[in-house]
Formats: sequence, C-alpha cells, structure tokens
Amino acid sequence: MSRLSIEASTPLCLLQDAGRFGVRHLGVTQGGALDWVSMRWANWLLGNPAEAPVVEVTLGGFSLVAEDDCCLALAGADLDARIDGEPLKPWSSFTLSRGQRLRLNQPVQGARAYLAAPGGFAAAQVLGSCASVVREELGGLDGFGSPLAKGQQLAYDRPVPVLKTVPEALRPDFGDVSALDLVLGAQIGDFSGQSLFEAFNRDWTLDSRADRMGMRLLGPALQYQGAPMISEGIPLGAVQVPPDGQPIVLLNDRQTIGGYPRLGALTPLALARLAQLLPGNVVRFKPVVQESAWQQQRDYLQRFEL
Amino acid sequence: MNYRIETVAIDCLMVRLFDAIDEANMPWMLAASQRLRAVFGERLIDLVPSYTTAMVHFDLLHLSPEQARTLVREALENLRPDNGSGGRLHEIPVWYDLSVGPELALLAERCATSVADIVRRHSEREYQVFALGFAPGFAFMGLVEEALAAPRLATPRKRVAAGSVGIAERQTAAYPAVSPGGWNLIGRTPSKLFDRERDGYSLLQPGDRVRFVAVDHTTFINLGGDDTPLEALA
Repeated sequence: MSRLSIEASTPLCLLQDAGRFGVRHLGVTQGGALDWVSMRWANWLLGNPAEAPVVEVTLGGFSLVAEDDCCLALAGADLDARIDGEPLKPWSSFTLSRGQRLRLNQPVQGARAYLAAPGGFAAAQVLGSCASVVREELGGLDGFGSPLAKGQQLAYDRPVPVLKTVPEALRPDFGDVSALDLVLGAQIGDFSGQSLFEAFNRDWTLDSRADRMGMRLLGPALQYQGAPMISEGIPLGAVQVPPDGQPIVLLNDRQTIGGYPRLGALTPLALARLAQLLPGNVVRFKPVVQESAWQQQRDYLQRFEL
Repeated sequence: MNYRIETVAIDCLMVRLFDAIDEANMPWMLAASQRLRAVFGERLIDLVPSYTTAMVHFDLLHLSPEQARTLVREALENLRPDNGSGGRLHEIPVWYDLSVGPELALLAERCATSVADIVRRHSEREYQVFALGFAPGFAFMGLVEEALAAPRLATPRKRVAAGSVGIAERQTAAYPAVSPGGWNLIGRTPSKLFDRERDGYSLLQPGDRVRFVAVDHTTFINLGGDDTPLEALA
C-alpha cells in the first residue's frame, strides 16, 4: 500500500467515481465526478479504468503529504497546485517522494481538479460505488458520504506506471465560451415564444447558489404555460424552470424525481464544461437534436482510447 | 395501451403511460417497469418509475436513441396489467404524538375534531406506494382521505427527524433519514425505511401497500424508536 495523509481539506473535497447506478428507482441519486472528462483523463494518465475512484477538489484548499513514495495524476482545473512550493501543472502524472507535500491552493483557471492514483484510491463500494453523497450518507472514505478531512489517509496498491501527459490538442479548453448544447425536452413547446427566444439568445449568469445538486442561472424570467406536472424522473443535466422562471441545471447529486418543467437537458460534454465555471460566469444555450448529440458523445469518447 | 415516448436527454427517454395519478394505474406501471427491465437487460443503466411515467436511462455505448425507442415499443407491445404480484402489505408502527408530530393539532383543528380521530383516520386506510424519490427509500403513498389533505408548510423545516410520518396534499410518507422537509408531521415510526444491509435496500417498493399501526410510547421505544422531540432537532 502507498499512503498519503490529508493535511488540509474542505467540504468540497470528495472521493468520487463515475457515479452510483442501478439504484435510482429507490430514490438514490447518481453522484459521481461533475467534470467526467477531467476525471477520465486523470485515470487515463495512470492506465486506470475510466471509473476508478478519484479525489474531486473544488476551488482548492486541499493538501496531502506522501507517507511513502507515491505516484498520482492531476487533471482538470488549474488550482495553483504545488509540490513543496514548486508549481505543478495539471494534465500529467507525477511522483511524490516520501515526505513531499502536494497542495492545491485556489482557482487560476476552472473550478474542479481531479487527483487519481494507480488503480484508483482504495475505498469501499456502497451500493455499487464509492461516490460521496453527503446528503444521502453514502460513499466516500468512511462509507457514509463524508467529505475528505484532515487526518485521514488515502491509499492505493499498484506499482508506479510510466509517467504520461495528456496531449495538448486533446485537453478540454476551459477558455471555450461557445454555447452549451442542450437536447430539447418534451415541455419545450409549453414555454412562451418569447421565453424560447430568450432561452437560446440571452446570456445566463451562474448564481452563487450552486452545489453538486444544481446550479441556478440568472436572466430573464422564463414563462411556462403548460399544465402543472406530476413528478417524474429527472435526467442528468436537466434544465428545469421553477415558478420564478430562473432555470436550474440539475447535476449529479440531484433528486431522482421532480415536477418542474424542463427546457431539456445539457449534453455530457456541456456539463463537463459547466462544472469548471464559477459564479458570475456567463453561459448561453444552443438547441441540439438527440441523435446528433449522441453521435458527438460517441466520437468524443474515442479520445480516451488513445 | 396508449403511451408516448419523449426525448429527455442524450441517453434518456421518458415513457409516459398516464396523465393523472390513480391507484388503478399501478398494475400497468409495474408491468411496464418489469417489461422494460427485461427487454433492455444489460443495456439499461437505470429505470426511474414515477406515478405516470418510467424514465429509461440507456447505455449510449450499446444503443442509439432510435434503437432504444424500438426496444421500448417492443417492451410495451401487448402490455397486460400486473395484477398478480400486487406488492407486499407492510404494517408500519407509528407513535402519533404532538412532540414528534406537531401538525396533528393543526389537522385536528382544521377538521374540527380530536387528535385521536385524526390518528384513527390516518391509520385505518391502506395506502399504495406510488413512487420512490426525494431521498433513498422515501416512498410517496396515497391517497389520504380528502379531509386530511393539507398543503406543504409554507416554510419547510431545516431538520426533520428520521422516521417522521407526514402528510402533503393527499399523500403520506415517512422520512427515511434526517433531512429538510415541508410535510405536515403527525408521528414517527421506528421502522428502518432504508438499510444498506437489507436485500433491496428499501423497505417499501412501488406497488406495495402500507397500513400504519398506532403504537404507544413504550412500544415505540422497544422497537428502537428515537423520541427526541422535533424542537430539540431544529
């Protein structure tokens, strides 16, 4: 076993994997890394399965000291990572000698960084996943969904693989400001014509009311004119519109069913980009057809076959 | 059987079977869930049934949206209601008391009757589990007698104790774990509604039937109930 001790953490530093599946009919949320693209690259850097357990560090404030000679990979946001004070850029695997300290300080670009270990960090599976869901008391190092905390140890038990870097051309572009793809949903025709125009032609500002359940967007109030809805399943990335007309993008830790009308759902690639944005950032939406979004996703996944 | 297939997300379809909540829908909903699970098999990532719908989350590595639509149609061809299994009948003990169910007083006042009468009326009906959601093992049940229907609290409580039994509109439910909540609370059950060690995890499943049984404080405690008053949790 190679071990690392956590010296600093926050409630936003969580053990995650691809999520918890096959139990949503029981009211159990999906969970999992918000920026699945960066999580996959972190695992790719070490030759891990795509869904191996990683640490999701949101906004920084996380620090580890190596108890043994270790190897890790870092992908996603630039959170001013440093090894014993020396800058460490994301998108690479690297080694930490015993006693060396890795710190992720604060956002330089993006919001969420992913740390992976050879074979994945050791964690018990709870209902098929180690994804930490604080609200449901599931997953994480303790099995009860707690965020990572000072004094805990992370561990893995694989040898050090060949160190790698994600080719620059394949990395997500966190400076990309193009519109986010949204697959239109069944209630789209029940919004006013004006609201439909505004939904796809106006800027939407990310509110500070944002967590792993959802992100609120501020902009013109959208008007739903359809009948009240009976609660039904909510997909990942649903853009729901409550009575105040301000959309909420529902994320991995959302409730499983709900009764607000939806414009549709963001694509997985749009969600990965959204996960790297901060309150005050501005987004736009672009309608896409399900089949073409599906094809685009399949094509994108080829990148990880490298 | 008339139904609609709606686009929900890149890898999700909504199968809409009904347009209103009705206990008579449940045999059809259960049959549809079973058929969808059987036909999709390993290509199903999750199935999220609710009152009138079943959301199919399919594996996009193995199915295109069009192929998934074809499978839904195959699953629902010649669908017959599942009257056979009918779900399990659960008797759930409840300690109805103002200290853990403060809205008992509100309901009694609104119905111009006694707290004991509210308890009798809530516990004499057999309820159907319509859907699970909100939290792991949280079962939406109904229908509550029309006179007992009560809108959700204007300001939800920040902390509702695990086991709290409540009413919202014509539905009733028990909170499996501590959480925020806006339902009118009338009592508390010692039953463990969600248990990671239990086969199937959730005590209640869609289609199950539930009868609440009033128990006294001693029985509630003997069954493992926690009688911490609601105010002490706030």
